[in-house]
Amino acid sequence: MATVEMNTGNASANRGTPLIEMRDISIAFGGIRAVDQASVDLHPGEVVGLLGHNGAGKSTLIKILSGAYRRDHGQIFIDGKEVSIQNPRDAKAQGIETIYQTLALADNVDAAANLYLGRELQTRFGTLDDVAMESEARKVMHRLNPNFRRFKEPVMKLSGGQRQSVAIARAILFNARILIMDEPTAALGPQETAQVGELIKQLKAEGIGIFLISHDLHDVFDLADRLCVMKNGKVVGTAKTTDVDHDEVLGMIIAGKCPKGAIPGPGALTH
Amino acid sequence: MSNTTQGSQGPATVEESAFTRFLRATEIDARILGMIAALLAIWCIFDIWSGIIRPNDGLFGGSFLTPRNIWTLFVQTSSIAVMTTGMVLIIVMRQIDLSVGSMLSLIAVAGAVIQVYHLAPALGVGHPAIWILAIVMIVALGTLIGAFNGYLTAYAQIPSFIVTLGGLIGYSGVAFLLAKGETVAPMDKTFKIIGGGIPASWIGPVWSWALALFACAAIVFAITNGRKQRQRFKFPLRPMWAEVTLASIGSFGVLAITGIFNSYPWPPKLIEQYAVANQVLIPAGIEDRDGNAICMAADKVVRCAEGLIYYTGYAVPVLIALAVGAIMTFISTRTRFGRYVYAIGGNPEAAELAGINTRLMKVKVFALMGFLVGISAIISSARLDAATNALGSLNELYVIAAAVIGGTSLAGGVGTIYGAMLGALLMQSIISGMSLLNLPAAFQNIVVGSVLVLAVFLDQLYLRRVK
Repeated sequence: MATVEMNTGNASANRGTPLIEMRDISIAFGGIRAVDQASVDLHPGEVVGLLGHNGAGKSTLIKILSGAYRRDHGQIFIDGKEVSIQNPRDAKAQGIETIYQTLALADNVDAAANLYLGRELQTRFGTLDDVAMESEARKVMHRLNPNFRRFKEPVMKLSGGQRQSVAIARAILFNARILIMDEPTAALGPQETAQVGELIKQLKAEGIGIFLISHDLHDVFDLADRLCVMKNGKVVGTAKTTDVDHDEVLGMIIAGKCPKGAIPGPGALTH
Repeated sequence: MSNTTQGSQGPATVEESAFTRFLRATEIDARILGMIAALLAIWCIFDIWSGIIRPNDGLFGGSFLTPRNIWTLFVQTSSIAVMTTGMVLIIVMRQIDLSVGSMLSLIAVAGAVIQVYHLAPALGVGHPAIWILAIVMIVALGTLIGAFNGYLTAYAQIPSFIVTLGGLIGYSGVAFLLAKGETVAPMDKTFKIIGGGIPASWIGPVWSWALALFACAAIVFAITNGRKQRQRFKFPLRPMWAEVTLASIGSFGVLAITGIFNSYPWPPKLIEQYAVANQVLIPAGIEDRDGNAICMAADKVVRCAEGLIYYTGYAVPVLIALAVGAIMTFISTRTRFGRYVYAIGGNPEAAELAGINTRLMKVKVFALMGFLVGISAIISSARLDAATNALGSLNELYVIAAAVIGGTSLAGGVGTIYGAMLGALLMQSIISGMSLLNLPAAFQNIVVGSVLVLAVFLDQLYLRRVK
C-alpha cells in the first residue's frame, strides 16, 4: 500500500514489504513527548535492536505496538496494510507477542495459567481445561528450560530465571509473527542468557521478526541485524550492525550523533 | 513440621513427619485443616463451658453441641455465608465493598414494600406470583446496585473504598426513606420458606439423606474424574490411598452433618399444629417434659419421649448457602471469569497486558456481589418475616471479617470460597456460643474483634514459615 521499497529481490531481511512498519508515531504524557515522530520497520526473520538511555522512549514505542498505550499520531502497517491496534488484544490478534521487562506475570497463579492468561483453553462445557493447558505448558517449557518441574506452584515461588522462561514461553506459545523482547536477559545468569540467544536465533530462522530492547551493546551486536537508536523520544538513526561499531553506537546513544554508516532520523544531531 | 537433616540417608530424601507427608499427598491446605480444628475446638469449649453453668444434653453435657444448636448455627450463618463468597472475589481483586450491609437493608425493604404494599393488594394475599416477582425484583435490584458500585469504581475511577463507604451511609438512608422508618411486614407465605423459620422450609430426613448421598456421589465422581483427566495426559497422580482418604473424609463430613440435622426435631407446638391441620393421629402417652415428640395425655397435648415426632433435616437457607458455595467455587476455579479475578488480583497490569478487560471485570464482580446480597436479603427478611432499615447493619463487617478469617488476603490475589464460608461459620459460632453463655454483647464484640486480628496474625505466621 504505502511502502515505497519495491525491489523484492531476495527473501533476506531489509528487502520487500516489511513485516511491520511504524510510521511517524507520537505519544505525549501530560505535555512530555515520550515518543516524537518515530519511524521504525522490521522484516521477517530480522532482529532489530532498539537502543537508548532510560527514558529515551524505546519501551514506550514498543508498548504502542503491543497495545498497552494508544498513540496520539502515526500509523502502523503489517505486511503493508494499515492495522488498528487499540489494546493488547488487537496486537495479539495480529500475531504480536511481547515479553515485558517486568515480565507481566500474575504471581499468584501457576505457570500454565500465566501462559494462557487471556486465551485459556476451554472444555466443550466452557470450563477451563486445566489439564490440557498444563500439558501444552509442559511441552513449551521443556523446550526452553528442560529442568523445569514446578508446574503446580504459583510463579511467585519460582526463581528469576524460571519466571523469565515462563514469560518467554508465553510469547512463543501462540505462534507469534512479531516478537517484542524488552530486556529479556536482564534477570538471567550467563548460561540462561546464552540460552535466550540460541532461542532468538532459532525463532529468527523460523521467519519471526524480533524487536530486541537492550542496554547491553554486546547482546545487540551479537543478535541483531539492524539497530535503531532513540534519544528524547526521537529516532537518532538506524543502521545495520555490520555498518557501525560500538563507539559509533555509543555516540548515537549519548550525543545523538549519527555516523556515516547509519540512516539519520529526526533526532540526529544536525550541524 | 519438616526438619531437614543434612545427613546422608537415601538419595535426596528429606525427613518428613507422617503428617506433612499426608498433607502433601492429599494436597489438603494445612490452613483449612487448622480452621476446621479451631472450629471443632471452639464448639467443644462452648459445650463444656455451657455444661458447667447449666447441664444439658450436649455432647459434653452442655447446650452447644446439640442438634438444635448446630442446626440453628447453620441457619444463622447462611446469610453472611452467601455474601462472603462474593466478598472473597472482591477482595481477591484488590477491591473492597463496605456497602453490603446497607445494601441488604435497602434491597430487603424494597422487596418487602413491593410485596406488602403493591403486589399483595393487587394480586391478592398469598398469590403464587408474589414470591416469584419479589425474588426476581430483589436479585435484579441487588445486581443493579452492585453494578453501579462497580461502574463508579472501574470507569469513574473512584476507589472502591470511597464508593462503597458512600454506599454504606447512603443506601441505609434510602432504606429508611423507603420503609418510612417502619417495619414492613408480613412477608408472603411462600416467600417465608426461604428464611428457614417455618416447617415448610425444612426438607425432612428422607430428602436430606437423599441429598447427602448425592453429595457423596459427587465427591467420588469429582475425585475419579480428576484422576482420569490427569491419567489422560500422563501427569503425576496422587497415591491411591490419598484419593480414598479424601473421598472418605468428604463423605463422612457430609453424612455426619446430615445426621445431626436429621436428629433435630420440630418444636412440639409446630408438630401439634401440623397434626391438627393434617389430621394426623397423636398417640396417647405420658407427660414427659424433656421429649420433643408430642402425645395426648387426657385431653392435653404434652411433650413425651416417644410419640409423634418430625425431624427438620436441612433448612432451605442452608441449602441455598451450600449451593451458592458450590457454584461460586466452580466459578472461581473452573471458569475464565474466576481465573481473571485471581489474575487481576495477582498483577492488575499483567492482566491488562494479557488482554483482559479489567474494568468490565470489576463491574461484573461488583454486580455478582450485589446479586448475592440480593439472595441474602431474601434469606434475612424471610427469616425475620419483616424488613427494616436496620436489617443488614454491621453485616459488611461480618462479611469482610469472615472472608479474612477464612484466609483471604487484603493484598489481593489469594482467597478461597470454602475458607471464607468456614470463616463465617467460625465467627457465628463464637457469637452464638457467647450468647448461649449469656455473656454481654459488649464482651461478644471484643472477642469477635480479637479473633479477627488473631486469625490474620496466625495466617501471616504460617505463611512466613512456609516461605
